[in-house]
Formats: sequence, structure tokens, C-alpha cells
Amino acid sequence: MKRRVRAVAGLAALLLVVLPTAALAKTEIHLWHAMGGQLGETVNELVKQFNQSQADFEVKPLNKGTYPEVLTGAIAAYRQKNPPHIVQVFDVGTQTMLLSGAIHPIFQLMKEQEIKVDWNDFIKPVTGYYSKDGNLYSMPFNSSSPILYYSKEAFKKAGLADKPPATWKDVGEFSKKITAAGGAKCGFTTSWPSWTMLENTFPWHDQPFATNQNGYTGLDTKLLINGEFGVKHIGQLAAWQKDGVYSYGGRMGQPDPKFINGDCAMLIQSSAVIGGFTKSLKFAWGTGPLPHWGPPYRKQNAVVGGATLWVMKGQKPADYKGVAQFMKFIAEPHQQMWWHVTTGYLPITQTAIKNLEAGYHFKKNPEQWTALGQLSGKPTANSQGHRLGNFAQIREAIEGEMENVFAGKKTAREGLDAAVAKGNDILKEFAAANKP
Amino acid sequence: MKRSVFRNRALPYLLVLPQIAVTVVFFFWPAFESLRLSLFRTSPFGDKTSFVGLENFRKLLTTPEYYQSIANTFVFASGVTAIGLGAGLFVAALATQKIRGLAAYRTAVLWPYGIAPPIAGIIFLFIFHPSYGVLPYWLGFVTSYEFNWLLKGWVAMALVILATAWTHVGYNIAFFLAGLLAIPTSVLEAASVDGAGAIRRFRSIIFPLLSPITFYLLVVNLIFSFFGSFGVIHAVTQGGPGGATEIMVFKVYKDGFIGLNLGSSAAQSVLLMILVITLTALQFRFVEKRVTYS
Repeated sequence: MKRRVRAVAGLAALLLVVLPTAALAKTEIHLWHAMGGQLGETVNELVKQFNQSQADFEVKPLNKGTYPEVLTGAIAAYRQKNPPHIVQVFDVGTQTMLLSGAIHPIFQLMKEQEIKVDWNDFIKPVTGYYSKDGNLYSMPFNSSSPILYYSKEAFKKAGLADKPPATWKDVGEFSKKITAAGGAKCGFTTSWPSWTMLENTFPWHDQPFATNQNGYTGLDTKLLINGEFGVKHIGQLAAWQKDGVYSYGGRMGQPDPKFINGDCAMLIQSSAVIGGFTKSLKFAWGTGPLPHWGPPYRKQNAVVGGATLWVMKGQKPADYKGVAQFMKFIAEPHQQMWWHVTTGYLPITQTAIKNLEAGYHFKKNPEQWTALGQLSGKPTANSQGHRLGNFAQIREAIEGEMENVFAGKKTAREGLDAAVAKGNDILKEFAAANKP
Repeated sequence: MKRSVFRNRALPYLLVLPQIAVTVVFFFWPAFESLRLSLFRTSPFGDKTSFVGLENFRKLLTTPEYYQSIANTFVFASGVTAIGLGAGLFVAALATQKIRGLAAYRTAVLWPYGIAPPIAGIIFLFIFHPSYGVLPYWLGFVTSYEFNWLLKGWVAMALVILATAWTHVGYNIAFFLAGLLAIPTSVLEAASVDGAGAIRRFRSIIFPLLSPITFYLLVVNLIFSFFGSFGVIHAVTQGGPGGATEIMVFKVYKDGFIGLNLGSSAAQSVLLMILVITLTALQFRFVEKRVTYS
């Protein structure tokens, strides 16, 4: 409260100096987000466009740090009864937000404010991840999906055709040829190890990640990643780690430099780095979808990663009008397209995609289509997304065990068994804390 | 001891009141809050809370990861303290030599302490990171040994110990330097005349006279490694690989702020508090006996 009073006082003082005759009292809408650097600038630009497009509301964006920091910050503010209006929460925080009792669902907000949004226009893997009982609870904002990046130069040196490997078998063979020909020191590396190698690889092969349809239908969920498929995949990575085909490079985006400086010929990482790579990579590169194991596994779809905007409850009714206006603004095709082209995050409405196609955007920038392509198709119970409580902590446990496997301390089965045991404990704790 | 007498009986209480108030608000109150929180199971947003008694503690004390984090903490704290004190004393001794540019040299050795731990962590990343660090790159020319602490737990531990000790060594140097300069040269000269060599002088005179400072630094360094070492670990390893550098204070943060499991996090901070209080009490009980205050 005090903060707001001070902010208003400050703004008023500023306006008195700068615009002595201007009309006062725009309603402020606070938006907390986790977009740093170039992405943060892009958010500011988007907000500026909204603020200039109308006269009643002023959205104030604030970068509160990393995704976990934004979430804990919002929780602390909520507990002190002074939450921001809109909070950007990452994909793995979805279940926590859904059960928090602290949110105002986006579908309800738009209905109340009588703003028509064609939710069917949004692509299914996105709405599926953030919907409950068929209703969208948060506004999709930055969505991405993991794809394979490859160095055309390393491929050429090894006498390979300019084509990304489609299967994991190819990944292994190509890598061996490339390292033997001196095209690179390692075949490939993976950023966000749990997200790319398990959370996406399971749905991509139509394999269940957890019980209860990956947690969608109940809280008593258990992980299923230590089955035959998980052991085969992680076991293969561990074997490749030994032969130099694969090179584990740490968590989050830490492995990126291995690809950027040419040590590894391939990288599996979010499609959201396309923007950065276009500017900074010094060699020719291309993209391909996530590699697949082939039969007997079906090819399904990848799941989205990234974050959505959640509306917090307990705000003034007048403020909600502005929040709804802003949400409507960012859902419009123009903003969708602009956001996609500027950042590399996916355009997520059919209209925006169609418009981009009409402008030959994907023909001119084929790498921008890769991630969208692997999100098409109707998702199954295994590929609609993941709804796990305290998922951030589970991811952390999984990655710790992956490290034990790649270091040779545990076999793939032992490591995955341990990850499942830890993950199930976390899920049980979450279910107990959220008993209705 | 001289006793000061206040005429007004309320005045002394009034004078210590600000200190008491600060201690209560910033130490006792949060400590009490953690103690209370540790007995509850709370949903992240705090809307559902249930009393669970000692369940949070029971769960911690039955998981192997918690014991691993305790073991990590002891390895980490002993490493940081040993390297921090050893290097501190060594550099401080060098800084008492008569060399040209002594003032500039003395200032320079204190610098690392002025660097915030997360920044120190980033600097170490740029030197040691397997993907983009300078050192592994050079090592690649002379040996096939892969300096990969992203997978090798003990290398990661050595790295965070080194980085943390480095950030704290300036503080130790400052105290040792002050201690060394306070030793009267007449005593040392007398010892020399009696035929004591450098080692003998150090063992029989310098070290005993430094013991109050060494003891103080021992306590402070241990407490610092238990609590204040968060920044480096957060910046460099985030507790990995596979929990090899997950020390207790980092686990408190991780379970509380990333895991949003406040009950367990509070229980861990209570246990950590008890552990540090016990350790400090033990040090005062046993180690301090061997300290010579002049």
C-alpha cells in the first residue's frame, strides 16, 4: 500500500513538473516479470505500445529477477496483501498457481469484462498446458519448445549432407563421423537437461511422464520416468557421454557455449534462443525437430515451455478492466507476430501463424517453423503437458540424478529410480499441503 | 573491575534499549518465526496451513540427502576455514616484510573482500567453467585431463571452497596484519638474541600472541562458511552436480524458495541454528582455553 502511495505521489510530482496541464490519474497496472536483458527491453516496448494505445491505464512492468524469484516475490507480496495485478509464472509453476486460491482465472476475467477472445484460435499444446476443465487459467505469453541446432560447417567437414539428424540413431552416427573427421570435439550437448531430455522427449514419443495423465486428473500423482523408455534413453546418453558423442554441459542454458564456440556440433535447446543465435553465431547453422527413436514408438508432439501471465485476485474492480484490456492487447495478431519476430518465442494463435505464412516468414526463416511444426497435431493424454506440484523442485531432483548417471556413479536405472523416489516424495508433500 | 553507578535507575535500561530492540526485532523474532513455521505444513501461498508437530524434522532426519548436506557443510566449512586462515596468515606475514610499495601491496591484498560473493562466483566461472573457462581451455593443450566439475563432485566442491575462501581471505589478512603489527619488536629481538630461529620465534612468540585473533577468526570463518557462503554456491554450482556441493544453508534456500516447501525449509534453518550455536559454544568451551589473552 505504502509503495503504491509513494509511487502515485512520485508520479503526481513528476506530472506537476512536466505536464502542468495534463489530465491526471491513469490507473496503474503492475506487471512482474522475469525477462532480463534484451527480452526485458522487448517487454518494455510491448507495454509502451499498450500504454500509448489508450488513455485510461498505465501498465508498469517490473523485472523481479529469475522465474523462481518472481514467483516467490509474488507469493510474499500476496501474503502481505499487496500483490501485483499480473505475474509472469514459468510452466513448472502452473500447478502451484492453479491450486493457490490467489488467482483470478483469465477466462473468467474476460467473461466478466465482456471481452470476446476466441480461445479456439490459440494452438492446442499451449492452451492444453494452461487449461483446467477446458478453461484457460492464465494468458500464454512466451512459449517455446526444444529443437535441435546443428553446425553446417561441422557437418560439411564430416562429409554429411546438410540435413539435421531425424532419429537418435542418426545423432549417434553423425556425431561419431564428425568427431572422427575433426569437425568438433563432441557430437552434441543439451541445455535444460530435464526439460529437453525427459519432459519433452516423453510426450514426443507418446510416453507417459507421470500417472493421472501426467498429473491432470489428480493430486496423488507418481512419476513414470524410470520405465523401459526412460532407462533406454538416459542409458544411451550415458553411454554416449563416455564415447564423446554426448557432452553434458550443466543445467539451464549453461551448455550453450559448447555449441557457440564450436566444441559440439549439435545442441538441443529452446527455440527461444534463435533470436540470439541469429545475431551471434559465427558459423552457418540450421535446425531440426527433436530427434526420435522411431518405431515402436509413435511420433507425437513436444510440449511448450516458457511462461504465462497470471492475474492475481483481490484487486480493485476498476483495475481489472485495465488488466483485461492489456490481455486483449497482447492476444491480438499484430502483437503476437511482433513478439515472435522480435524474440523467437512462438506465435501461438492460428491467425498470427497464418498471417506470418502469408508473408512467407517461415519460408524465409525455416528455423522459425521447426518448433511450431513439432507442436502440431492433436495432443494425447501423454503429450498435453505436465501438471505436477512443486515441479521446479522435481526438475532439480531429476537433474541431480541425471548428473550422477552421466558421471558414471549410477546406472541409468538406479539414477532414474532415485529421481522417481525423490520426485514422488515431493509430489506427496505437495498433495498433503494442498489438501482441499 | 570498576563499576559505574547510575543515579537514575531507569537510565541504564534506557541506554541499552536500542540494542535490545534491534536484537529482538532482527534476531529473536525471525528465529521464533522459523521455529513456529517449522511445526506447520503450509501451501506456498499460505492459504492452507496445518499443524504437523515434529513431522518436518522427522522427515529431514530420515532422508539421506539431508545427511549428505550436513557432511558437505562440514567439508566445506573446514576447507574454507583452513584455506582462509592459512592463506590469510601467510599473506599477512608477507605484508609485514619491508618491501617497496608496501602500502599499495597491503591495500591490494584486502581487495578480494570488497567483491560481493556472487560476483566472485561469476569471476571463478569465467576462469574455471568447462565450456567457456580460460583454465580448462589452457589445460586442454597440455593434458587430456578433463576439468569437468559439472559432473565431478569433488572438483566442484574444491572449486567452491577455493572461491569462498578467496572472497574471505582479505578479511583474515586485515586481522592477522593488525595482530602481527601489534607484537612488540623488542620481544622478537630478544628472542633472536637468545638464538631463536624464524620458526622457533613463530611457534613460541608470534603464534601465542596471535592466538586471540586466530580464535576470533576461526569462529567467524566457521560461522561465515555455514551462513554467508550462499552467494558463491548459488552463482557457481547451484548445489550440483548431484547434490555434491549442496550445503545446509543452500538447501534451506532451495527447498524454501524454489521448492516452496516452507515448513521443511524452516525446520532446516532451526537445525542449522542449533548446530551453529552448539559449535560456537564448544569452541568457546574447549578451544578458547588454549588462547592467551595478554
